[in-house]
Amino acid sequence: MSETKPTRVAIVDYGMGNLFSVQQACAQAGLAAAVTAEPQTVLETDAVILPGVGAFGDAMAELTRRDLVVPLRDAVASGKPLLGICLGMQLLMSESHEFGRHRGLNIIEGEVVRLPVSAEEPPRRVKVPEVGWNPVWPVREDAWVGSLLEGIPAGACMYFVHSYYVRPVDATLILSTTTYGPITYCSSLQFGNVFGCQFHPERSGPAGLKIYRNLATRLGRLYAEVERS
Amino acid sequence: MSIRIIPRLDIKGPNLVKGIHLEGLRVLGKPERFARSYYEQGADELLYMDVVASLYGRNSLLEIVRRTAQEIFIPLTVGGGLRSLEDIMAVLRAGADKVSLNTAAVGNPEFIRTASRRFGSSTIVVSIEAIRQPDGRYQAYTDNGRQTTGLDAVQWAIQAAELGAGELLVTSIDREGTGKGFDLELTRRIAESVPIPVIACGGAGTVEHVVEVIREGRADAVCLASMLHYAFIRDDPGTDDFSTEGNTEYLKTRGKLSRIHEAKLPQIKAALPARGVPCRPAAEAAVHV
Repeated sequence: MSETKPTRVAIVDYGMGNLFSVQQACAQAGLAAAVTAEPQTVLETDAVILPGVGAFGDAMAELTRRDLVVPLRDAVASGKPLLGICLGMQLLMSESHEFGRHRGLNIIEGEVVRLPVSAEEPPRRVKVPEVGWNPVWPVREDAWVGSLLEGIPAGACMYFVHSYYVRPVDATLILSTTTYGPITYCSSLQFGNVFGCQFHPERSGPAGLKIYRNLATRLGRLYAEVERS
Repeated sequence: MSIRIIPRLDIKGPNLVKGIHLEGLRVLGKPERFARSYYEQGADELLYMDVVASLYGRNSLLEIVRRTAQEIFIPLTVGGGLRSLEDIMAVLRAGADKVSLNTAAVGNPEFIRTASRRFGSSTIVVSIEAIRQPDGRYQAYTDNGRQTTGLDAVQWAIQAAELGAGELLVTSIDREGTGKGFDLELTRRIAESVPIPVIACGGAGTVEHVVEVIREGRADAVCLASMLHYAFIRDDPGTDDFSTEGNTEYLKTRGKLSRIHEAKLPQIKAALPARGVPCRPAAEAAVHV
């Protein structure tokens, strides 16, 4: 599957997050991916992955400092697939309430809010951050058809590490929900060519790797179309 | 909420080792082989602990991390002798997702804050190695239980959480490698005192011990070593060359280690839900969708 490697994926490096594991997952799926902080590369590649671990405000400051904000918006506008992972998905939203109020990339209208600490007293309280495996459920039976989640069994466990989650204004963008303690939140969404997931697909075993494989398949189809035309 | 089962692999040079009370280490084989098998059998994460943490061994640790990260797609935590932001950066670059800090954090608690700001709280696990004192309190140690810190383990746990640790790895040195069960009181006291997840480590000998430390000890995750390693070796003596250092003969006869009932991850994970402990089904790790 990887003998010709026509695809080129930019893994956006803004100094935060484990890019190595994202790169390994890409390699496993046959995607030729490069870690890059170059705005021009983000514009030229066929797909973009925006990973991220850390604080929202710091991440936006880094994206701004590296002149990546406009290229990321332009990349989305050009129609190429963009995959936002964890903080990378949160950054797509309009704003976050993490340590104050921060403007996001504003590609998807909505906000990023903190997981509630359960009102229950210890020892039963729900811990924040959520760290661990949790099932993702489709919002409708056919919700994942044609999305990067296609082919993943409903209720598959994915690996989460987060204290915040996204609330898109348009609830029809939500692909999957996940329940943690008292709340059920959006664990993945799709907005046109943009896919975002709160979990880490590259750390979620075979079920997570399927997302990378789906991305490879999608790019493969795009190339075939280009060749035909 | 699903609890996590985390195989712990103690590393010395290029080898997986196992001791008792973190001492008397024996070579079991090549860590990557164990890691690969645990991944396929449903491990929720992996923990690599460099138990010698010498400058000499560092390159081989990074090499092991690199090779592991190429073929396993679950979180990998690496600890042992990480003292600076550069040390942390090196293991993250090699493919680790989180780091575990003990000595460096005890020596300079502000290091926890600095590291969690730089790499994100979720990347920083603070490891607390505790020994129960005659008065019933627990004291934190470093250097595999050899060096006392004078810190009360529970107070230190609270402080580490406040400084920005994302998780705590709580090891009972008294129980480590014995198969007598986790130190439930140590785990519970810390788990009830902090808002962040607690990983219980040291003493697992049976599935029942795992159930106890989740239900009574309030742990969010457990580390298993001997139980899994012994089952792996029995099943697959493998082709590793043990002739240079140590051997696995003692495991096959076991002798005084008979408290440890070897078990594989699918067995353990199949037994937990019926005991009221939810976990990610082992089968999901084996099915390539």
